[in-house]
Amino acid sequence: MILSLLGEALAAMAANRMRTFLTALGILIGVAAVVLMVAIGQGTQTQVGESIASMGSNLLIVRSGASRQGGVRGGTGNMPTLTAMDAQAIGQLSRAALVAPTVIGSVQVVYGPNNWNTSAIGTSAEYLRIRDWRVVEGRTFSESEATSGVRVALMGQEVARQLFGNESPVGKSIRVQRSPFLVIGLLDQKGQSLGGQNQDDMIIAPLVTAQRQLFGTQFQGTVSMVMVQATTTEDMAPLEKSTRELLRQRHHLNTRAEDDFRITNMTEVSETASEVTGMLSILLGAIASISLFVGGIGIMNIMMVSVTERTREIGIRMAIGASRGDILIQFLLESVIITMAGGIAGIATGIGMAFFATHMFDVWTTVTAMPVLLAFFVSVGVGIFFGLYPARKAAQMRPIDALRYQG
Amino acid sequence: MSELLVLDDLGKDYDTDAGPVQVLKHLSLSIEEGEFVAIMGPSGSGKSTLMNILGCLDVPTSGRYLLGGRDTGSLGDLDLAKVRSEVIGFVFQGFNLLPRASLVANVALPLVYQRVGHGIRNERAAAMLQRVGLDKWLNSLPPRISGGQQQRVAIARALVTEPRLILADEPTGNIDTRTGREIMQLFQTINRDSGITLVLVTHDRNVAGYASRLIYLLDGRIHYDGPVDQFREENIT
Repeated sequence: MILSLLGEALAAMAANRMRTFLTALGILIGVAAVVLMVAIGQGTQTQVGESIASMGSNLLIVRSGASRQGGVRGGTGNMPTLTAMDAQAIGQLSRAALVAPTVIGSVQVVYGPNNWNTSAIGTSAEYLRIRDWRVVEGRTFSESEATSGVRVALMGQEVARQLFGNESPVGKSIRVQRSPFLVIGLLDQKGQSLGGQNQDDMIIAPLVTAQRQLFGTQFQGTVSMVMVQATTTEDMAPLEKSTRELLRQRHHLNTRAEDDFRITNMTEVSETASEVTGMLSILLGAIASISLFVGGIGIMNIMMVSVTERTREIGIRMAIGASRGDILIQFLLESVIITMAGGIAGIATGIGMAFFATHMFDVWTTVTAMPVLLAFFVSVGVGIFFGLYPARKAAQMRPIDALRYQG
Repeated sequence: MSELLVLDDLGKDYDTDAGPVQVLKHLSLSIEEGEFVAIMGPSGSGKSTLMNILGCLDVPTSGRYLLGGRDTGSLGDLDLAKVRSEVIGFVFQGFNLLPRASLVANVALPLVYQRVGHGIRNERAAAMLQRVGLDKWLNSLPPRISGGQQQRVAIARALVTEPRLILADEPTGNIDTRTGREIMQLFQTINRDSGITLVLVTHDRNVAGYASRLIYLLDGRIHYDGPVDQFREENIT
């Protein structure tokens, strides 16, 4: 029965509370550090992952490049080279599932006495499907609305809050750049983008409407970017290649000319990002592990002192019938209980600190079962590993020497 | 009466920096069940070494030591621990109680290593403390009571496992004469009432007087072995 030895271990720990507490504290700090650091690492991973996922999956983004006029090079998207026709042609490619030609610009929106500066996106109805973005109230625009230039708009949550407060914007008429628009739908909450922009702070209008009514002469039949969704992830690379070939051909670029557009493969971006954030998690965990290791050394130190200090006690116990195994188990139990208690308290502290960091400093943290369990078992392992040597030392003592020891 | 202890040509050497020292030389003796034996002798005569061997805390260099018919030389560490746990009870000169454990916990400690449950353990320990007259201080700590009382606790601890043999090493060495007499009377009662074999090491002729048989060691050999009342110290010196 290990139970009676457990009682002896607990009694010995209770008899020396300060020593027990300080030892457990070392493990507590180590485990808490591991839990917190991994939570921050995984939180960052989740945050970046979600931001990328909110763009849409299997996504290629084709941006207008800088066109040349004489020797002057314009900035990307300043002198749009892509057209809605280009987008339509990309949509004909076999591996392209959805295509959304997009124009974007800054607009002033007015409703009653309120006005607000926000982004306006002119695009096709497919845009929302690519980005997996739903309309929570009202409807999205129909095929005919998308091409006829009718003045309708979908509104992001943030704009609705600024202009309408708690009122529903659907069915209301607003003014965008002096033109009246009818709000036909309210978009779902989307949160922050990877670049840190609030994706709910925007309105969406049909492409043709936006080109004609909102941006004056800036986009005359041209678009600033085209979002292309591939049928599957495997189609991404071939689609990127065929899109490039198609556009070069359509733009009459000879073999030596540079592309006048840029293609970004969002799957690659997301892979790189998750690689980087994964590394971050490992790095943070590794740094925190060092403090756990130091805590383990502390345990060994304390237990070594404890064995020496209690040599006589060990002798007495052996004289009245304790076997070497009994002594070994008692000392081992002491260190395992100390580390386990420190481990559990450390997990609680680590989760508490992660919670605190999220709410006070706006740090993304994700606490998952894996690192918590890992930290717990590592702390028990630390207890066994660093407790074993002093425990063995205690058990190997000859009873007669232990009894004679003058502490 | 059967023989509980048999020593057969027992020897014990110690390695010191000045070379090996023979502490016990060709000792042969037997002690029967229920006997009360005092071991005397001057310092360095090998009394304590003999006690440690009898208590299975140390092993002889040569010869055999049979306890209850079993040769202790053939026992491993685990079996020796079992013998200490089940057959022997120890009473030391310095009491050797755990200072941070209550009297009950101290007395119950040998039962921990016999895997006796918590409740029964404390019950038996309390009963034993009552027998030595300390039932009022069950939850006190050893440093809070007198030396004589601490020795009673140690005796209770030795008795709690109902051993066949109690070994007492200078049990009155650290207590005043009057309290020492009470302790010796307690030993005598235990020997008479429970039939437990008692082996006691002492310097004190008066303490040895409570035993029935006396073994006098001199220079690692038995110099006298016989009834206490026929022993004359003048014969030695």
